[in-house]
Amino acid sequence: MPDATRPMIEIDTVTRSYGDFHALDRASLTIKEGEFFSLLGPSGCGKTTLLRLIAGFDQPTSGSIAIDGQPMDGIPANARPTNMVFQSYAIFPHLKVGENVAYGLKRMKLGAAEEKRRVDEALSMVSLAGLQNRGATELSGGQRQRVALARALVMRPKVLLLDEPLSALDKKLREQMQVELRRLQKAVGITFILVTHDQYEALAMSDRIAVMFGGRIAQVATPKEIYQKPVNRQVADFLGGMNFIKADLVEENGDSIVVDTAAFGRVKTDRPRAFAAKDREATLGIRPERLRVLWDDATAKHEIAGTVVERHYFGEITHLVVDVPGMEKPLSVTETNDFGADDLPLGAKIRLGYDPDALVALAD
Amino acid sequence: MSAVRRLAANWLPAYAVLFILFLYLPVLLLPLFSLNNSASPRFPLSGFTLKWYAGLPKTPALLDAAWNSLIVGVSAAVLATVLGICAARALTRYRFRGQRAMQGLIMAPLVMPEIIVAVSILIIVLALGMPLTLLTVTLGHVLVCVPYSISVLISGFEGFDRSLEEASADLGETSFGTFRRVTLPMMAPAIISSLLVGFTISLDDFMMAFFLGGNDVTLPVYIWGQLRFAARLPGVLALGTLLLVASIVLLTIAELMRRRAQERTQTTGGLLA
Repeated sequence: MPDATRPMIEIDTVTRSYGDFHALDRASLTIKEGEFFSLLGPSGCGKTTLLRLIAGFDQPTSGSIAIDGQPMDGIPANARPTNMVFQSYAIFPHLKVGENVAYGLKRMKLGAAEEKRRVDEALSMVSLAGLQNRGATELSGGQRQRVALARALVMRPKVLLLDEPLSALDKKLREQMQVELRRLQKAVGITFILVTHDQYEALAMSDRIAVMFGGRIAQVATPKEIYQKPVNRQVADFLGGMNFIKADLVEENGDSIVVDTAAFGRVKTDRPRAFAAKDREATLGIRPERLRVLWDDATAKHEIAGTVVERHYFGEITHLVVDVPGMEKPLSVTETNDFGADDLPLGAKIRLGYDPDALVALAD
Repeated sequence: MSAVRRLAANWLPAYAVLFILFLYLPVLLLPLFSLNNSASPRFPLSGFTLKWYAGLPKTPALLDAAWNSLIVGVSAAVLATVLGICAARALTRYRFRGQRAMQGLIMAPLVMPEIIVAVSILIIVLALGMPLTLLTVTLGHVLVCVPYSISVLISGFEGFDRSLEEASADLGETSFGTFRRVTLPMMAPAIISSLLVGFTISLDDFMMAFFLGGNDVTLPVYIWGQLRFAARLPGVLALGTLLLVASIVLLTIAELMRRRAQERTQTTGGLLA
């Protein structure tokens, strides 16, 4: 059983520079044993750079990385207790499926029987039992991905690194693989580090997520915390839709702030770590799905009124754009279609209910 | 406008056919006369015979020349391919200052007058006091073969997914092991192609062999020597035909191999597939 309190990967102020450009800028991070950890961010944010530094394909310009307590300075990729699933899968095209999976075992000199047993075991783990003799070029995208997984897992690494492993798959297969990867990770108990630019993928699969921008780690937290309490506007924006609301700072305490807004009145909320009010201005955020339409006589403890100005139909939900008096920008509202949000006419006057806890202060 | 176009449409195919005939008709005459019963290459043909071919193995000087050509061809092909692998890998893998210039300079022997290159090498070889032997011919041939080798190998190396080598390292393999277990097998068709092309170029080369061979004669130099004797012409035609067929067969295999190498590297990228 993995010990969830033991650090598996310790990244200590690691920088990777190319001339003046910092692909990774003083990143520090601890990933625990048996954790499913995601590095999330837009392309060029440094997430792949960090993954390749952990794998040993690249060396930090400064700072240090330790895996399972062992410093990795100067240790090449082939001597690290990590294995990687590549974005292109990197299946050896001249080898059969079984030979691909056995590639790394060959050097261990396990003996034919033990080697075969481990290859069979790894292949059945990824539901590819019996495909040992299939040519690598005869596989579908999903099968290649599974072979890449089996080839890495058969090595029994301490850490499995996954570089955007699902990005080449179509939506349905991707969602299926998300569930399967998660299940697999729980079964083998190995620390998984997933690089992705897909926020839903990260939210659905991870124990914890590090959100990265411009070579820096902006926030490390559980999916729920990242989504509900993003530390700044950038993280909030990247993790999905967010309404930004201008507010005036009334009071600033240690842990909380009190602000005044035009539409939502006076709000007391948690003070984000990097919060710094300029000219006593602040920004609040509320997710579109945390605003709900109040139908007919329904009331809520906290409500605001507005006018529907746009309506976008998405099948199970409808996005409404609602103009609220006193607000600079209209609010986005996501509403399920149970009660006819998809039939709301433009110009309709509606009331929106919300929970004041859903309003979070965001640092810039 | 349309009249011009119609004219072009009618005349271009005719021109193309004429051009092809001009290129290949003389070459086709070679096997034709080599099977002709008469000692002089002249129409009308006097009758079918294989006697000129049968006479070839009975000429010791020819067998020596063939043996020399084989030694030189194999050595030059192997050397040029080894050098080519290093250069093609560097040119496709890395970005470095002067890369284009370097590629241009490596390819330059393709368009340089070979007689000038051959004479220049001859001057240096004589200045160094080296004897003119098959070794000097081989060195000259390496120079001629390298550009061909490189262009074949580059098309094999291009598109080679670098993550394959990283995956190998990731699975614990050393860089030499990676080269042996991943790079080499994947490049095998391109390497075979390069060897065949190199051998063919060497087999057909006259200029280097003539200037740098001294008393060691290769097949093209042997043929050139025989042309002075009218009676030996049919034998030369037969030999020429054999060389022609060998060249075509080798180059066809080489091209098939090159395409296979290219396909191989291009079906590996999961995103591209």
